[in-house]
This record gives sequence, structure tokens and C-alpha cells, in this order.
Amino acid sequence: MKSETGQHESLKHDARGIARVALGVVAASFLFGFAMVPLYRIACEQVLGIKLSEGAVSAAEASSMQVDPSRTVVVEFVTNVNSKLPWAFKAEKRRVEVHPGELTEVWFDATNQSGQAIVGNAVPSVAPSAASAFFNKTECFCFTEQVLAGGETRRMPVRFIVDPQLPQGTHTLTLSYTFYANELATRNLALVAPSVDGLARN
Amino acid sequence: MAHAAVHDTHHDAHDHKPQGFLHRWLFTTNHKDIGTLYLVFSMLMFFVGGSMAMIIRAELFEPGMQLVRPEFFNEMTSVHALVMIFGAVMPAFVGLGNWMIPMQIGAPDMALPRMNNWSFWILPFAFTLLLSSLFMPGAGPQGGWTLYPPLSLQGGNSVAFVIFAIHMMGISSIMGAINIIATILNMRAPGMDLLKMPIFVWSWLITAFLLIAVMPVLAGAVTMLLTDKYFGTSFFNAAGGGDPVMYQHIFWFFGHPEVYIMILPAFGIVSEIIPTFARKPLFGYQAMIYAIASIAFLSFIVWAHHMFTVGMPLGGELYFMYATMLIAIPTGVKVFNWVTTMWEGSMTFETPMLFAIAFVILFTIGGFSGLMLAIVPADFQYHDTYFVVAHFHYVLVTGAIFAIMASVYYWLPKWCGNMYSERWGKIHFWMSVISVNVLFFPQHFLGLAGMPRRIPDYNVAFADFNMISSIGGFWFGASQLLFVGVVIHAVYFSKSRAQARVWEGARGLEWTVPSPAPHHTFSEPPVIDNSQLAHGDVSH
Repeated sequence: MKSETGQHESLKHDARGIARVALGVVAASFLFGFAMVPLYRIACEQVLGIKLSEGAVSAAEASSMQVDPSRTVVVEFVTNVNSKLPWAFKAEKRRVEVHPGELTEVWFDATNQSGQAIVGNAVPSVAPSAASAFFNKTECFCFTEQVLAGGETRRMPVRFIVDPQLPQGTHTLTLSYTFYANELATRNLALVAPSVDGLARN
Repeated sequence: MAHAAVHDTHHDAHDHKPQGFLHRWLFTTNHKDIGTLYLVFSMLMFFVGGSMAMIIRAELFEPGMQLVRPEFFNEMTSVHALVMIFGAVMPAFVGLGNWMIPMQIGAPDMALPRMNNWSFWILPFAFTLLLSSLFMPGAGPQGGWTLYPPLSLQGGNSVAFVIFAIHMMGISSIMGAINIIATILNMRAPGMDLLKMPIFVWSWLITAFLLIAVMPVLAGAVTMLLTDKYFGTSFFNAAGGGDPVMYQHIFWFFGHPEVYIMILPAFGIVSEIIPTFARKPLFGYQAMIYAIASIAFLSFIVWAHHMFTVGMPLGGELYFMYATMLIAIPTGVKVFNWVTTMWEGSMTFETPMLFAIAFVILFTIGGFSGLMLAIVPADFQYHDTYFVVAHFHYVLVTGAIFAIMASVYYWLPKWCGNMYSERWGKIHFWMSVISVNVLFFPQHFLGLAGMPRRIPDYNVAFADFNMISSIGGFWFGASQLLFVGVVIHAVYFSKSRAQARVWEGARGLEWTVPSPAPHHTFSEPPVIDNSQLAHGDVSH
């Protein structure tokens, strides 16, 4: 009778142990779900060669590239504005022809069609995705927030250089920008703005 | 003497059920009571989700907008899926596991009985939250059960309710899974080695591991949705540098194992029923276990076949295509083993066997359309069409649901002590199996012709097949009322008492206890007789 109770207790003990290990697995897989965020980035950039980060390439790095006059690549520009942002946004040229390794400047125009100042962020994307790693920007309005006062129009430059290593089969690159409203920054702007007005009046 | 001593230490080992309705059902820690609660809840949710399907089929009966607003239609498709997956299929399997696993391995109860109570009683609250979202300003979820952002985040504050409901369902199934793992690894009767366990127990053990590995990933994904909507993060928000495609990867890393969570226990059930009515031991017992384990392993590395059209690199598409096709091999092993078990057996065709045979045939059709969907260039045509709808309803309705119905007919006499009406069971079977094909088979043609899923209106070119499908839908829905009738009749009104060994060819420990199974079974561990194992003597 005693031994049976003892066995019962040890069974209970084992069950708790198994449950604890299983809870460990649960915690680990919950964390793994979040770890997939950086893993996704690593898989895209290191394994699949799709560039997700859109930081600037230094001028030194850009000037080290050899211009390849024998090749011509068409670069097309697509502009979109998210429906929550009352802006107009256009590329001055729809397409340009460039030689790989050559630094090129193009211009974009954004107009705030509303009455008040709004902060916008442009999100770039390059197609085909496999070629995105070979498209380098040294200067872009997408690197920073853009603040446009009500009715203001701004002309914004993009300077880019196509890497001469671009795979031979690629003849056309499409650079697409979507402008989104940065609601948080716009709200902060509204908080700061009245005090600026107050200072001006004084 | 020994017998008396056992009664002294387990003073509740008699067939004394707790008195009073609340005390019996709200505070129960008995695996059979909790199993019953799960099964009743699942049946209720089956009809809640089913009535949503009826609304969907009624709207699609003819082209044009007749009955509901498109927003409401979208709510119906989204919530129908969530209710059927998390409310009907998964709780039904957990309920069957609760009832049968302790009885099949000779254990007195589940390893963690109080947690067992908690994991059930979370569910009614979770589904109250989910269903209440339908009545909120801004309406319930309309972006499909997959909750892809940014669409899923454009709803009102019901999004938060849906996400918390999913968290609670996840906690419930994780606790259920932990309990099942602890029970199977720890509570087996002496002599019940792992490789002597019934296949249903094996299939649940592997399913439970899948559950604890992927439900937390879903919890993580929906938590990210929540913080994106309310706390200014940008996991999936392109404006803030996030990536909505990443959500699809995280979701389907959960989602593909999830679809196997809904089919592996069904494999187990069918592997119990076919040997019983073929009066032969299961062919290839160990091969069946390894096949389930291989399918479970492969389920982790094929997720992106749900998102071929998202713009993946070619290498990724090729990898996911071939890896997906690999799953056909262990699945083929299982289908051939079921057929071989029936080969030259002395078969009889009682209702559970009819459902099990229909499962083998119709699930295989669903498997074949799955293989077609795995082919990348073909998937570009099939993606998001009714072909996909036909595919997953073949594997989930004629697969998972048919297996659940087979198991209810198979074990109901053991649960309630009465035989169900074989005549009405067979009528229910034939009604279901004919109507379900009228319902879903034409959807293959609709999909191949290009009809998109999740839309309330469609081109008149699709009219005829949609009408046939809707008629099948109403017929199938109505047939399930027969099922409820057969179950209620068996439990409360049937005069035909069941033997301990309900079926002539049935083997295994659950058939050694009386019918109905007493409130407490195997308080003393049974002696395992190798010749009476569920799948014959597998010890040599």
C-alpha cells in the first residue's frame, strides 16, 4: 500500500517534470516566432540576395565602381501615394537609360494638397527583387521624413548608381516609391506648431 | 485484501459521480467528463460554423447580391473558418483524446487533471469573445481566417477581441497538448511500451508535439498584429519599414503544421476502425507510426507553398514545391496500409467502417488536389480560387470531420452504454457522403475555370455549378441534424445495451472495461496481454 502511494507520488512528480519541459518548448517557440523577424531579414539579404535595408551607399564606395559603357540598363520609376496621405507625387522622368557604374540624378515632385503640414515617409522597392542588391542610392528623399507645409511643393533628388556586377540577363530595373503618412510625426508637429506660432507673434 | 487496499487509497474509485450539475461539469477533473464537454462544445461550434456556411452558400446560390451585404459575407467566410478550425475540429480531437487515451493506455486519468479542466473552460470564453466581435461597431474580422495585414488591421476595435480570442484558444490547446504528452509518456500501464500503444495514441502524441511547437508561433504573430495596430510598432507596416509578406511567412510556419494537427488524429482514428471491421491487425503498424512522424517533420519545412504568388525567388519556389511533393510518400504509405489492412479481411460495413472507408477514398482525392496545388506554375492559376476551397474542404470535411463522425459511432456505445440506431446511422452516412460530394466536387471545376474565393458575387458563367454546390451544401447541413438525432437517441432513448467489447473485431484496453465505461477506470493498472493488443502482437 505504501509503495503504491509512493509510486503514485513519483508519477505525479514525473508529470510535472514533463509539463515543465513542454512549457519550455512553448516559451522557446513563442520566442522563435519573434526571432523570425530578424531571421527573415538575414534569409532575404544573405541567402536570397534581396536587399531590404535601404540605407545610403557612401560616395567613396560609389566612385570606386567602374563605369561599363558597353551596357545600357533601363531604370523605370513608379510613384504611389497611400490613400491616407493627401499628397500628389510624381517622377519628373518616367524612365532613364544608364550605364552600370554611372552616377545618375533624377528628380521627384511632391505636393501637399491639404491645408496643414503633414509628415510623409517614402518606402522604396526595387523589382526584380533579385536585382535589388545591385541598385545603390547615394542620396534619396526616402532616407528621411519629409515635412510639407499645407500647399507646399518640393522637388526632391535621388542619386543612384547601378552596380556593374548586375546579372547580364537584367535589362530593366523598376524603382517604386510609395509615400505614406507618418501619423505619429504629424501629431508631434501639431503639438509643436502652436508654440512656434506663439513665438512668431511675440 | 489488495483489492480492499486499493479502495482505501483511492476512496473515490467507485462509480460515484459528483452530485449537482455545476459541481459535476464546472469543477470536474475527470477525463471522461472533460472529454464529453469538449465533444458537446465541438458539436455546438460545428453548427455555429455550419450555419455561417449555409449563409455563404445561400448568397452564392445565384450570381448577384441577394441576401447579405458584402461586409457581412466577408465576416461569414472569416469567422466560419476560425470557428470550424479552432472550435469544431480541434476541440473534437482533444475531446476524443481525453476520453480514449487514458482508457487505451490503461491510465486512471490524465496526468494533470486540474489543468485539463482549465484548458476546456477557457474555450467558451474564447468563442464568446470571437463571436461577440460580429456585433461590434466596425464589425468582426473580414480579412479571412489568416488575418493577413494590412487588410486585417483595417477593421474596428474588434480586431483586438479576435486576437485575444486566438490567444485564449492557443493557451487552451497548448495546455491540452502538454497534458496529453505527460499522460502518454508518464501514465502508461506497466507493459504498455511505446511501440505497443494504439495508433490513435501515437497520432495524438505526435500531434501534441506539433501543437506545443507551433501554437506559440501563432500567438507571436497575432501579438505583432496587435502591437502594429495599437502600440505603433511596424512589424508588418510598410510605412514604418516593416514587411507584410513576413506575416505570411510567420503565419504559415504555424499554419501548415496546424493543418496536420487537424488530420493526424484522424489518421489515428481510421487506423483503429479499419482493423476492427476488417477483423485483421493493422498492416504495417510501425510503418504507420514512422509515416505520421515523417509527415509531422515535413510539415515544418513546406510552409511557403501557401504563398507561391507572393513573389518569392525561383529557388525558394522550387524548394517548397519539391519538399511539398515529398509529403505524398509517407501519406501514400498510410493509404496503402489501410487498403492492405482491408485486403482479404472479413469486412462488415457498420456505420463507423463506412465513414472510415469514405475517409480513405475522399481524403485521397483531397490529397491529389493538394499535389496539383503544390506544382508552382499550376498554382499560379489555382491560387485563391475555388479549387483551393475544394481541396481543403475535401481534406477537412471528408477527412477530419468524417473521421470524427466515424469515431463517435465507433466509441459512442462505450461512452453511453447503448447502441446507436444502425439504420439511422447508415442513413446519415449515405446522406452525408453523397451531399458532401455534390457540395464540394463542383468547386474543383469552378476553381479551374477561375472563380475566386472569398467573394459574395460572381460572373454568370459560374452560375450552374454554384447552384449545384449550394444544393449540396444545404443537403449536407440538414443531414448533420440526423447525426445529432442519432447521438441523442443513443444516449437517452436507445434500449439496445452495448457489450464491453462492442465490436466483434475490436482489440485494445478500452474494450476490456464495461459499457458504459465507469466514471473511474484502471484505478489498478491492467495486465497487458500481448495477444490482445489493439494492433495484434507487435512485440516480435
